[in-house]
Amino acid sequence: MFEILSDRLQQTFKRLKGHGKVTEAHLDEAMKELRLALLEADVNFKVVKQFTSKVKERALGAEVMKSLTPAQQIIKVVREELEALMGGQAAPLSLSPSPPTVMMVVGLQGAGKTTTCAKLAAHYKKQGKRTSVIAADMQRPAAVEQLKQLGSDWDFEVYSGSEDPVTIAKNGLEHAKSHGHAVVIIDTAGRLHIDDELMSELENMRALKPHHVLLVVDAMTGQESVNLAVAFDERVGLDGVILTKMDGDARGGAALSIAQVTGKPIRYVSAGEKPDSLDIFHPDRMAQRILGMGDVLSLIERAEDTLEKDKMEEQAKKMLSADFDLSDFLIQMEQVKKLGPLSSILEMLPGMPAGAAKNMKVDDNAVARMEAIVLSMTPGERREPGILNGSRKARIAAGSGTTIHDLNQLIKNFNQSKKMMKQMGGKQMKKMLGGKGLFNGGFGE
Amino acid sequence: MRKWFGKSSDESSTEEQAPQDEVVSIEPDPEPQEETRSVWDKFRTGLSKSRDNLREQLTETFRRSEIDEDLWEEVEEALIGADVGVESTMDITAHLRKAVKTEGIKDASDLWDLLGQEVSRRISGSATEILNQEGKVFYLVVGVNGTGKTTSVAKIARKLSLSGNKVLLAAGDTYRAAAIEQLKIWGERLGVDVIAHQRDANPSAVLFDAIAAAKAREVDTLIADTSGRLHTYENLMGELEKMRRVAERELDGYADLKVLLVIDATTGQNGLIQAKQFAAAVEVDAIILTKLDGTAKGGIVISICDQMDIPIAFTGVGEGMDDLEPFDPALFAEALIGVGNHDDF
Ligand SMILES: Nc1nc2c(ncn2[C@@H]2O[C@H](COP(=O)(O)OP(=O)(O)OP(=O)(O)O)[C@@H](O)[C@H]2O)c(=O)[nH]1
Ligand SMILES: [Mg+2]
Repeated sequence: MFEILSDRLQQTFKRLKGHGKVTEAHLDEAMKELRLALLEADVNFKVVKQFTSKVKERALGAEVMKSLTPAQQIIKVVREELEALMGGQAAPLSLSPSPPTVMMVVGLQGAGKTTTCAKLAAHYKKQGKRTSVIAADMQRPAAVEQLKQLGSDWDFEVYSGSEDPVTIAKNGLEHAKSHGHAVVIIDTAGRLHIDDELMSELENMRALKPHHVLLVVDAMTGQESVNLAVAFDERVGLDGVILTKMDGDARGGAALSIAQVTGKPIRYVSAGEKPDSLDIFHPDRMAQRILGMGDVLSLIERAEDTLEKDKMEEQAKKMLSADFDLSDFLIQMEQVKKLGPLSSILEMLPGMPAGAAKNMKVDDNAVARMEAIVLSMTPGERREPGILNGSRKARIAAGSGTTIHDLNQLIKNFNQSKKMMKQMGGKQMKKMLGGKGLFNGGFGE
Repeated sequence: MRKWFGKSSDESSTEEQAPQDEVVSIEPDPEPQEETRSVWDKFRTGLSKSRDNLREQLTETFRRSEIDEDLWEEVEEALIGADVGVESTMDITAHLRKAVKTEGIKDASDLWDLLGQEVSRRISGSATEILNQEGKVFYLVVGVNGTGKTTSVAKIARKLSLSGNKVLLAAGDTYRAAAIEQLKIWGERLGVDVIAHQRDANPSAVLFDAIAAAKAREVDTLIADTSGRLHTYENLMGELEKMRRVAERELDGYADLKVLLVIDATTGQNGLIQAKQFAAAVEVDAIILTKLDGTAKGGIVISICDQMDIPIAFTGVGEGMDDLEPFDPALFAEALIGVGNHDDF
């Protein structure tokens, strides 16, 4: 199994740390590890070469060599360079002052173009903008039908026709203009970047002057990311990239490679099959994630979008008060469950190596068991688990179809989190939950 | 079930008569459809379309008489650039270094053959084992989103129905928009029936009905499409496990169950994790490696074979119904190290 990049770097730098002061030989050792780790993360090998030599160059500078904490300094350099390489800062798309804003979505077969078009459309529609998607994929069977179904599910208009793709796109744009649409998105057929004929079709479509041409790339893409991005950029001209299937566990080295060779910003990442799973790409978070520092910010944002704010605030208050009981604990667990598979939540936490959460085999059924247990308790027992004796426990276990061991485990967890809450004290919790930050944000521009 | 690898002439004549009107072909072939024209040619043509040529570069490398560290580094980069992965790459070069020593190889050009042998030795491709069976077979086609599952279902159906098998398709992707319609269109093109439910129906129920229909109609081959799913979702993997269980129970010995995992050749190191996770959930019998008509070389299957011993059954080499070929390790190895894109940016 591959060790992930962050593990590698952490190990290397732990070793470096032992030496106190960094010599060039130490640095070379670290760069070797960095190279391996980046390769395993699917960063193109040429990009890896450029990247490691840049890092080394900077590391050789005074800032690292004279530092008392060289390991941290190198991590800092690596992180900064990663961020710089991936575009420095978030770059969401802006709408044109003279509508409609036209977007054209291109990419290889199976990258996720159609779903991405639909997500973009659903997003703008939700903002109250009249949005349509032009179904210009005449190649894949039922591609038009797929868009139509998504359009009716997610509430956006779909323009379709039976002509050639370029004509359809042209007519679709005219339709959108005459009907006062604010945003128009052209979905194109997947194609290989070496398919000359189909690439010139895109060139012809490009002549319709879309504001943004977006390349959709699967986050699982390997070394070819570079060639395909360069080819699409050269032939069609890209304005940005959207990285899909980020809810998988690919390290996403393609993001680094593509940003490096095209210089085009990664605009959004897509992480799910639902309409709201399109997020702004944050280079700093991606770098952090790659370095194993955890994607805490994304986790918080996901929490904001998913959890019921009122319920959470009420819970938070209650948690700090004395009468936080098992029923509340259950509600809390259910809220956590809503965030998605537990393993994917764990992966976003700092210091959690990507593979580890998977191996841990988080038991999503545990929440269901817990629910059964609490529901088998009397209100009194829920309020005061201290009264649970042997016979009560046996009754509850039998009633909920669980074991006494499960029950004891639950009580233990409950007591632990209660204790933790007390220790954390009101201040921190209130800060976390209060005012700005936690409960606003999301996709926005 | 009858074989379809045989090169008998009546099989190829059936092929020409088959309905082919609506086939989407990204590259219409002007030449007459000769039996001998392998789709692997197409694969190689595709590869050679790329501007620069790794072969030239490697030949250049191997032409240098000396086997030095620079040369090893270039071999390494060629393999890593083909998505073979660091671990397998190191393993391959370690073996080669040893061979060079023990066999006293001095000439760099001899390394060429050795590399090809070492690569093909590692991959097991046994489509024959998967396909040339006498009995009836049920193929369950699985994989992550967008790899080419539905298209592969159609391609296999095409091959098998051409060789005289009675084929039935099951629209097991009830989740993705228009996935059912997509398979139905393929069914029409192929002249093969499709058992389908409504969208959002329980996929296991689709299999249940499809197996009942297969039995009633005495079908030779039942091929089921499934929804694309990322292996990170435990619930979706659980659903797949259930589909396998239901299929086994309902087949009840009527047909052999074979699970085919579809992997996109463009995939990097995640491909190995996919293979592991899908194998853990549903016991993968063989792999279909798709999109080899692009410039991606699909080197990840070397890692998969190194670590897991799952044979590669077929390769997908285009979007048309005929663009499926039995996997050939030697040809694959040749294409992997022989030709490629080696641009400098
Ligand atoms: N070039 C090329 N394209 C392929 C190949 N196999 C499939 N495709 C294309 O890849 C795209 C996705 O194929 P599908 O068969 O729909 O993939 P899938 O795995 O069923 O996708 P989901 O059901 O959405 O997960 C389509 O445009 C296919 O035409 C291949 O071997 N080569
Ligand atoms: Mg499909």
